[in-house]
Amino acid sequence: MAIHASELNTAAVEVDGISKRFGEAGRPNRLMPWRKLKKPKLALEQVSLHVETGRITGILGANGSGKSTLIRILATLLTPDQGTASVFGYDVVSQPDDVRRHINRVSVEASFFKEMSPWENMLYAARLYGSGGEGTRDRVEAMLERLGLPLDTLDKPMKQLSRGQQQKVAIARSFLTSPSLLLMDEPTTGLDPRSKREVQELVRSIRRDRAATVLLCTHDLQEAEVLCDRVVVIDQGRVLAEGTPAELIRAHAGKTDGSLEDAFMQLTGKRLEEDEEEKEE
Amino acid sequence: MTGNMLRWELNAFVGFIERQKNLYRRYWAWEGVWLLYNLVSVLSIGYLAAGLSTLGLEQGQANLHQTQLYLLVGALLWTYLSLVFFEIAFAITWERWEGTIEYTFMAPIKRLTHLLGVSAASLLYGIARTAIIGVGVVLLFRIDLSHANWLTALAIFAAATLPLLGLGIFTSILPLLSPEKGEQMAFAVQGVLLLISGVYYPISVLPGPLHLAGILSPLTYTLDGVREALLHGLSLAGALPDVAILLVMGIVLVPASVWCFGRAEERAKRLGLLKRSG
Repeated sequence: MAIHASELNTAAVEVDGISKRFGEAGRPNRLMPWRKLKKPKLALEQVSLHVETGRITGILGANGSGKSTLIRILATLLTPDQGTASVFGYDVVSQPDDVRRHINRVSVEASFFKEMSPWENMLYAARLYGSGGEGTRDRVEAMLERLGLPLDTLDKPMKQLSRGQQQKVAIARSFLTSPSLLLMDEPTTGLDPRSKREVQELVRSIRRDRAATVLLCTHDLQEAEVLCDRVVVIDQGRVLAEGTPAELIRAHAGKTDGSLEDAFMQLTGKRLEEDEEEKEE
Repeated sequence: MTGNMLRWELNAFVGFIERQKNLYRRYWAWEGVWLLYNLVSVLSIGYLAAGLSTLGLEQGQANLHQTQLYLLVGALLWTYLSLVFFEIAFAITWERWEGTIEYTFMAPIKRLTHLLGVSAASLLYGIARTAIIGVGVVLLFRIDLSHANWLTALAIFAAATLPLLGLGIFTSILPLLSPEKGEQMAFAVQGVLLLISGVYYPISVLPGPLHLAGILSPLTYTLDGVREALLHGLSLAGALPDVAILLVMGIVLVPASVWCFGRAEERAKRLGLLKRSG
């Protein structure tokens, strides 16, 4: 959906003091006293964020740092315990319908009906976002062609597509709904290098061709460095630093020829590769 | 609601029906298996009634035929009611299993549109599948429906749609509240409805509390009314009390279930239950 002129002057995303905790530190269950109480887990603590319209902003953090929780709150799928968040001036809790008209999300898992074809999944998405009538098939074909997907995949079940192809369909689906804010939650995780490069090129083209704002969650430092105008480093639910990649390197890398990885290590005390290894174990 | 908003919601409503149609088509093998299973279940009930005489329960040919009709109509209606109930109640479970639940809940549409879209598709599919089974039953058992009042049966059937939607939406809350156990609880609700609603016997045979629950179940009035219309030609005027009861139940149940679903959705968002696997 197109942004109104009045919304152009508004920040795409404004987050103020958001906190989110999972698992209630509640009382024992009277009906089922044998049930173990889950230890509450702090996902976000006093997170504040400002994302300007038309930029690619990266949220950089290790697994479990709170990136996906933040994205889910902005996507109106989670309510924060404290603080406020708005998208183009619309509050995510009290005005979810207005927020939803402006956003779409590409997540790390392919959110598709696996037996349905890309065309059937995209038609469903188009219907939910106010289109789906005549001409939709042509638009979908043109989009997939541009993404380098063979047209004979259009009517095959999604489960027969490779992960890279599924991710491209997910991105094409988000294009179809013309979001003003695209929330991308690790869109290249698990992709082969070639598919990864193609998806990254697509992200660039979103800003170039569509003037959309992109909030990109990633734990890929190289990806953040080449794609993002600004980067927010997040760890254990807290924002540690924010700036352009160059600013972060200058301020936190600790050496003149440092990288974003050096800056990340200085800020969090950990390497993202370690995090990946732990995940694999 | 303005014209544009209404068009937007109608478009999404069509989208849900289209989606369900595509899913039924893509899962055709499973749908075929379920159709066969339902057909076999209904036929088994028919043959059970036919075999009563061989078990020494001779009650005269006319009574036996009536018993068979009574059971067959019950089995056929239960096939329809349980299918529609299942499809609506498991809409959330299904989306969670497919991994699309967050995508659907993030869409800029009213939840009512979502629930009614899935319900409409379920009703259409339920009618089509039950009609196929019905044709098989009529052909195999040579059922005499010469006394049937189809208009009355149709009126009761239509009036039953509303409370059935309400019950389905209420039950679909369970998988929303409990990703791990909601599905099992929904099956339990379906089982209880089978027990208390007089599918294969009049609810008067049930003990006190179950009898009371049967009186409160909209399916009881649906089964009673349609049976009377098909087997004894109940007039439309005679069916009005049942139709009125069903409509009142629907008018209460549908808004109440949608409201409760909204509260359950708020809770799910607070606790983070809308994730793929819970």
